[in-house]
Amino acid sequence: MSVMVHDNGHDDEDGVVLTDEQKRRQRARSIAIAVALGALVLVFFLLTIVKVGLHPGRLAP
Amino acid sequence: MSLLTEGAELARPAGADARAEPSLAGVGDYIALLKPRVMSLVVFTALVGLVVAPGHLNPVLGFISLLCIAVGAGAAGALNMWYDADIDAVMARTAARPIPAGRVAPGEALGFGMTLAGGSVVVLGLAANWVAAGILAFTIFFYVAIYTMWLKRSTPQNIVIGGAAGAFPPMIGWAVTTGGLGVESIVLFLIIFFWTPPHFWALSLWRAGDYARAGVPMLPVVAGEAETRRQILIYSLVLAPLGALPWMLGHAGVLYGATALGMGAGMVALAIRVKRESGLTGAKQLFGFSILYLFVLFAVLLADDRLAHLLGRTV
Repeated sequence: MSVMVHDNGHDDEDGVVLTDEQKRRQRARSIAIAVALGALVLVFFLLTIVKVGLHPGRLAP
Repeated sequence: MSLLTEGAELARPAGADARAEPSLAGVGDYIALLKPRVMSLVVFTALVGLVVAPGHLNPVLGFISLLCIAVGAGAAGALNMWYDADIDAVMARTAARPIPAGRVAPGEALGFGMTLAGGSVVVLGLAANWVAAGILAFTIFFYVAIYTMWLKRSTPQNIVIGGAAGAFPPMIGWAVTTGGLGVESIVLFLIIFFWTPPHFWALSLWRAGDYARAGVPMLPVVAGEAETRRQILIYSLVLAPLGALPWMLGHAGVLYGATALGMGAGMVALAIRVKRESGLTGAKQLFGFSILYLFVLFAVLLADDRLAHLLGRTV
């Protein structure tokens, strides 16, 4: 665990401090997750539209 | 979870605590877990099964179904890498994979694979039908549990039986369109099933040292090179006529039949060379040609089917 250590030898109370590289990769992973979730939303939207289009009667009360 | 713990212990690089540092995994590492090259062949063969199957399929549903099959195949790849991290670490070809290299923690790969596996099966069931989803689920189970966890480390017939996992995609594609299984889809399954042994054993001939170090009982390690070369020829002799079966049964036209017989003759010719020589040139050529063989056969089957529709013939 990367922990910032001050000159006085005490651990920083902020906890884990990510390096620039770790921050960059974490950000890239976050963006990828957002894109994947967006794609999932689009997939379910298209699925719904197509399914309703194929079987419109199923929505009738 | 015991499996998680066991996998983590197996995969942990010597002298390193894989979870001590915040993750350095990049997006590319997660893509690598999906084995994109294997995925591309799976998607292609599934696409052919989907298109040549009788019946109409909404293009959007077809695209989503292929996406699900791709993600399901990727999930199986991730779960395979999770379980095999210990042997991947000692093989030159696989040592740089994300888990043995320490960039992705085993538990993360397991969670990633399980999530994608479950998601792909459910969405395929909703998009297409539950027969296709069921075959996809069985394929993932077969590849991970039957091949990876059981056969791979216990028998030289590992890739023969395990090859079934790679042969299911055209059946899934077929089921997406038809909602069931047909003789044609079983023939496509058989072509890939009998193609797998000569393809992988050709590779294993020059990777035998790697497999021996990892304790994987591949045929050249257990039975020797001569027997492997003999088995490659036997399976190639079975594959050559089998490849032409869709034409013989009347499911494909002359274009496909001629291509299948020609490519089959090429496979047999190279297998004979592999059997006769003691070096590895023939084996490397056969490995490369086998990839071309499968791609060309399925591409021509697809073209033949589209041509038949275009010309209005019934093959």
